Amino acid sequence: MRRGHFVALAMGAGYVFLWLPIILLVAYAFSADRIPFQWGGFSLQWFVALAANERVVEAALLSLRIAAGAATLAVLLGGAAGWALARYGRFRGRAIFGALIGAPLVLPEVVTGLSLLLLFVALESMTGWPEGRGAFTVLLAHATLGAAFVAVVVQSRLAETDRSLEEAAMDLGATPFTAFRTVTLPLIAPALAAGWLLAFTLSLDDVVIASFVSGPQGTTLPMALFAMLRRGLTPEVNALGAVVVLGVGAMLAVAALLLRGRGDSR
Amino acid sequence: MPIQTFGPSGPTVIGPAALLQAKAITKRFGATLALDALDLDIADGEFFALLGGSGSGKSTLLRIMAGFETPDSGRLLLDGADIAATPPWARPVNMMFQSYALFPHLSVADNVAYGLRRAGVAKAETGARVAAALAMVGLAGFDRRKPHQLSGGQRQRVALARSLVMRPRLLLLDEPLGALDAGLRERTGFELRALQRETGAAFVMVTHDQEEALALADRVAVLDGGRIAQRGAPRAIYERPASRFVARFLGAANVLEGRAADGAFDSAEAGATFTDIPAGTVALALRPERLRILPPGADEPNTAPGTVEDAAFRGDDTLLLIRMAGGALLRVAHAEEDGAPPERGAAVLVAWDADDVVPLAS
Repeated sequence: MRRGHFVALAMGAGYVFLWLPIILLVAYAFSADRIPFQWGGFSLQWFVALAANERVVEAALLSLRIAAGAATLAVLLGGAAGWALARYGRFRGRAIFGALIGAPLVLPEVVTGLSLLLLFVALESMTGWPEGRGAFTVLLAHATLGAAFVAVVVQSRLAETDRSLEEAAMDLGATPFTAFRTVTLPLIAPALAAGWLLAFTLSLDDVVIASFVSGPQGTTLPMALFAMLRRGLTPEVNALGAVVVLGVGAMLAVAALLLRGRGDSR
Repeated sequence: MPIQTFGPSGPTVIGPAALLQAKAITKRFGATLALDALDLDIADGEFFALLGGSGSGKSTLLRIMAGFETPDSGRLLLDGADIAATPPWARPVNMMFQSYALFPHLSVADNVAYGLRRAGVAKAETGARVAAALAMVGLAGFDRRKPHQLSGGQRQRVALARSLVMRPRLLLLDEPLGALDAGLRERTGFELRALQRETGAAFVMVTHDQEEALALADRVAVLDGGRIAQRGAPRAIYERPASRFVARFLGAANVLEGRAADGAFDSAEAGATFTDIPAGTVALALRPERLRILPPGADEPNTAPGTVEDAAFRGDDTLLLIRMAGGALLRVAHAEEDGAPPERGAAVLVAWDADDVVPLAS
């Protein structure tokens, strides 16, 4: 029992350490007092103020659009990469390919952001594309980051899917494309959906890479939040933080459920 | 005792041209030679077993028949037409996978209907054929179940129904009984044979289990190192193995080394000389169940002295390990009806009939 108590205590301390700042942030978003972190009774006024703040709403809508586009692109690219890693055996350069796909997972965001900025600038001076920097370059940068996560998720899902399923489909008259569409795709769909949600969340969260590659017309929600903070801490910032935390949390929960559901389908 | 089997008994196919002919098929994987200029004929409607250990090339041959591997050289003829380059989805050949490979996201009925839908069979006919196929394997009423709700034996039947519903002329089975527990194997084996007779399709089965091959197949080919070591009816290859490898692989026969000279075979390790042995014989095979134990001093021809080293009771017989005077260790199956087996350490005579001595040429 003593051991059990200790584990419970350690776990409690861990959760407090991880979650207390976030809980405080969310709790004070509902405070009526103008000074943040001073409780003045329950109120939703800061959420109302937030909804009326055109700049914030605009940034939120842009962030959602970028996240959706980046996540979709990431699923296409990362899905194809995961497929190649899981199904094409030991092709030439496989080790390097795998390492490069995973690089954004371990590289500091500052490095990823800076190198992408240099790439976009160099590309524009050579080919004229992409024209300037803004929402589109942020989308491309986030797709790069997201593709790494999708590739890992899809590869591991494919690795545990019996390869003879595709062969059985072909044996029964399905062309490779039909076998993919009717057998492989339904089986990896949860991984693709989870990968999409992960990439969407990453894009919605990111401020470092976006700060590097964005331009005048590309202020995302985290960038707007950061800018607001620099002008001073108001409960409005708390409210925005609360919205982001809850949205992202819900998204990650869905992704976790999708990935855990894999066991039940067989 | 193997189940009584039927069908042609020689290495050549009797009657019309073979359904499937493999001619000089060679396949390499890197430095490994998986199949070495292999020739094989499968007759229409026969049950054929490819028997071999791991690395014998049996699975590679099956995958070449299904179209999942392309031979490096050689021809594969189905009804006389070369199909070596035809992709699996265009071959009138179906395969049952060792893992069964049931689609986990589809119901039993949708699994069985998969091939018919790919072939564009009308909806009503598909339904009727799926129901008939499920009834044939004894799974009527299981339509809506998902594969993970079935037992191992039921999954195997769904896999069979999914292949047979396509009415293939040739059905390939990769270790069809391998994933079943011992109690279910015998019954499923009989059912496989019944299905094969009922559908009239040729079955080609890959197995590493010699009992399974002998019990089920009309003809067996024993593979070793990418070549066919011997082929023929189960009884023929069991009783007359051609080489040391086949003799050891099928029923673990005793193999005696020695030298043939002047129509006799002198085996120093057995301490015996065998007569009427053809020239070119390099070893002899003796089945454990064909050897008899006599008390020492018995006056009979075809005997050699030895000592009982160990004994294991197996139900209907006792397996004796006899150390011969020349050093060879012989396995002798001592039947229960022959009385109590000799004690460990007892001196005995091992006796055989001249007819049961099988000369091996390699």
